[in-house]
This record gives sequence, C-alpha cells and structure tokens, in this order.
Amino acid sequence: MKCQQCDKQAVFHITELEVGEVREVHLCEDHARVYLNQSEAAGGPQEPKSAGGLTGPHGVAHTADELALIDQKSCDMCGITFFEFRNQGRLGCPHDYVHFEKELEPLIANIHGATQHTGRRPSRSGAAALPEETSELTAIIGLRRSIQDAIAREDYEKAREDRDAIRAIEKHWGIEPTS
Amino acid sequence: MKIDSLTQAIGEWLRGTGPESDIVMSSRVRLARNVAQYPFVSRATDQDRADIERFLRERIALAPVGGDLQYIDVGGLEEVDRQFLVERQLISRELAEAQGARSVAIDGREQVSLMINEEDHLRIQCMHSGLDLRGVWEQIRVVDDQIEQVVPYAFHSRWGYLTACPTNVGTGIRVSVMLHLPALVMTRQIDKVFRSLHKISLAVRGLYGEGSQAMGDFYQISNQTTLGKTEDELLEQVGDVVPVLIEYERRAREFLVRETQKNVHDQVSRAYGILRTAQTITAEETMQLLSRVRMGVLLGLIGDVDIADINVLLVRTQPAHLQKLRGVELDTKDRNIERARYLRQHFEAGGSSSKADVN
Repeated sequence: MKCQQCDKQAVFHITELEVGEVREVHLCEDHARVYLNQSEAAGGPQEPKSAGGLTGPHGVAHTADELALIDQKSCDMCGITFFEFRNQGRLGCPHDYVHFEKELEPLIANIHGATQHTGRRPSRSGAAALPEETSELTAIIGLRRSIQDAIAREDYEKAREDRDAIRAIEKHWGIEPTS
Repeated sequence: MKIDSLTQAIGEWLRGTGPESDIVMSSRVRLARNVAQYPFVSRATDQDRADIERFLRERIALAPVGGDLQYIDVGGLEEVDRQFLVERQLISRELAEAQGARSVAIDGREQVSLMINEEDHLRIQCMHSGLDLRGVWEQIRVVDDQIEQVVPYAFHSRWGYLTACPTNVGTGIRVSVMLHLPALVMTRQIDKVFRSLHKISLAVRGLYGEGSQAMGDFYQISNQTTLGKTEDELLEQVGDVVPVLIEYERRAREFLVRETQKNVHDQVSRAYGILRTAQTITAEETMQLLSRVRMGVLLGLIGDVDIADINVLLVRTQPAHLQKLRGVELDTKDRNIERARYLRQHFEAGGSSSKADVN
C-alpha cells in the first residue's frame, strides 16, 4: 500500500476514530511524523497513539548517524539493506530476523510488547523430520544468489559447487522439487 | 476450478447461521506462513514466485487436506473475477492486486482458503458462520499441522513463525470476528466502543479488511499483536470481548424499540421501500439500506423477509457478483440500474433468493 501523500510504501497504518466514522490513514515514515505532530499540536485524537493504533514497524527513534550506519547493513542471504526494509516495511527473507536481530528487537518490542514467541512450535513427524529451526534451509537463499554472482563473473566451477550444495540440503531434508 | 461454479453457491460467511448470527456474521482465523528456503514475496523474483507457487502446490498435495482443495490461478483471472473472490472474502484485496504467480486454493464448503504469494508465501484462512472461534481454530489447526509435515515453514525459536512484516511474527495468527452493529451506530455509541477496543489492543476494520471503510455497519474486530501470547490467549483476547459487544448491541436495539419505536420502524420501512422501488442504486447505498432492513427483520418490524436472504443480497449486489450473475460486464452507471432491477425482481419474487436468480 502506498502512502496517501507520496509514492513511498505506507508503513504507518493509523485508525482515527472520529464522531460517526472510522477513518484509516496510511502514511510513509516521513508523512506519519508530520501527521502525528499535527494532531498532537491540535490536541487531536490521542487514542491511536496510546493504544497501539500505530502498527508500523518503525516506532523507535535513532539519531541520524546511527540510522545511516544501520541502513547500510545488508542481509547475507537475500541482500536486503536495512534502509530498504525501512522504506518498504517488509523484510526480504527469514534470515533477516537473525541478521538484523539487534535492530529489529526494539521495533518488535514496540509493536508486540514482547520479544519471545510463546505459541505453537513445529511438531514435525514426517519421514523427512524437518528441523524446528529452519536456518539451514534458509541458507539456500544465499546460495542461489551466490550462483547468480558466480555466473555473472563466469565462475562456473563455483556455480556448480553452490548448486550441488543446494541439492544436498534439499535432499537431506527431503524437499527436492519433483520437476 | 471455475469461478462460475461459485456464482450460484452462497459461501460460508453468508449462510446466516451459527451461534449469535443475528449480530455475528462470521468468525475467522488466518495464519501467516513462509517457506524457509525462499525470499519473502516482496523480494522474490518472478522466477522465485513461480517456484514458491509450484513448491507449495506440490507439497500441499501430499497432505490429506490437499485432496479437498481446488486451485484458482489468480494471476490469470480477469479483473472482475478477482474482484468477485474479494467480495466473497476468499482472497484479500492485496492478493487480487498483486503481481506475478499467485493463487488461491478453496475447499468445497468455502470454509478454508489458502492464498499463495500474498504478503507471505502462504496465508491459511478458515471461516465459519456466526460466532465459532473455537470451531474455526480446531479446523485451521489441523490444516496447518498437516501442511507443516510437508512444508518447511520458516521458524525461529525466539521469534516464532517468521513473516514478511514484523507485525505478524510469532504466531502469525489473526483472529477476527465480523459483527453487524447497526443499533450502536444509530445510537452513536460506536466510537466509544471502538475507543475501548483500541485500549485493549484490538483492531477495528471495515468489511474488506485493512484499509477498507466500514460499510453497512459491518465491522471486523481482530487482534493487533501476534508475538508473546499463545494462540489460545489471542483467541480469548478477541473471543472474550465479543459477548460484551453483542450485549451492547442488543441493549441498543432494545433501546431503539422502546424509546423510538415509531422512528426506528419508519427508518427500516423507508430503507425497505427504497430497496423495493429504486430505479438506480449504488453498492454503498444498497449495503447501508440492507443493513437497516436486516435490523428491522431481527426486531420483528419487517415480517416477510428472512435473514439468510438479506445476507445473500449483501454479496450479490456487490459490483463483481452482480456482473457475474448477469453474465455481462457493466460500467458503474449501468451497474446501478442493474442492481436496482435485481433488487426489485428479488423482492417481487417474494424474497426467495432462488426465484430471483432465474435470469
């Protein structure tokens, strides 16, 4: 969903409750800041802020220098930078939760008021008996990217190694594609 | 699967049955899941999306639930057909408007639907008529367990099920109940109710989910957070508040009858009159009037219409449903004329949906 005031991805989804109607506001980070300052100055609706009406992942403040450094970090697997995540509000792959754990932790605490999953866990009893933690499988995302890079620099030996590594992981967990 | 085969059926959430169905339209649970070895959808290439789609279809076919599912290739549909599935609440607007390989699998009773390549690789949804969160949870849990045996869901011991947006991480669960609250709207108490819901971290949305307006006094109440609580706790968080809302709405309806008997009777009768006689009518007005009539029927102020019938009209007068029923694509102006004709024919035929469907 796009910001209602520019072309950026909306990351703040605000539900305003006004007399007789519910109004939804979708804004990018910059416009959300302006919007919230306005409604605060005007003594506008306080509810959405205090009651978790903000569901965007960016409710935590950093200084400009800190942000600039964090923004440059990129995921080993999918290559997404933290800057791209901040802009889109969507992560690139499961490994981001490991790679950006330190950066995400305050955001997640802000959204959920918790930093530890307590719900159901995978109970896998199939023949392949998949692991509970799936980081080994997620490594395939990095290998696929590595193949692309290797082909681009015509290092076919490396590309072949990576492809074999992917096949070995898939075979080990019994998830080979059938075609 | 052919969309046309769905046109004549009515769909689960419209059956108008189940506990508390005078106020609770439907109960729904959705789970967000991702496949560990692929990037999330927004970062996936066209090739990745095609691979994810094929991988999920092949693997889910190995699960017992797979045999009961019919797939629809959403990317290959005409816009009117995608809109039809949104109106039917089988897919989200996000899936309808997305790009690349994507599909939905639906079970024969329109209770379970699996969206592939929405915001997450897999979104499992289960819906029952009326208030039945427990029943929905038991059903979706089985589907999720079966798929988990054959699909390596991305999971982390601290963060739980890993999702594209951190707002869904952990359980990946969204528990929601769709309520019809016309009396709380008419007595202007609805804002107060919503404010108190926000205080306990519940979200209020319109009929078609995130970003949609509350049309026809229909509201979806759902959990806002997904991490740090168990699925059972989140089910309770939503489930506990529903009886309170039902009680408020019932009291508001009683108040309207007791204190403003003539006024409320006049309002629902006028709504009914417009629906029976209008020559052109928008989808929004239709929904607003049907909402009033629905309440009138429940209050015994309108005698010759039944609730299931109103529920059917609520969906069949939506733009894509109307066009599918009529078998032609119509622009907005023509749809408004056709919608009014459909409503007149429906009520002239004595209110039975089966009679009105003979085109």
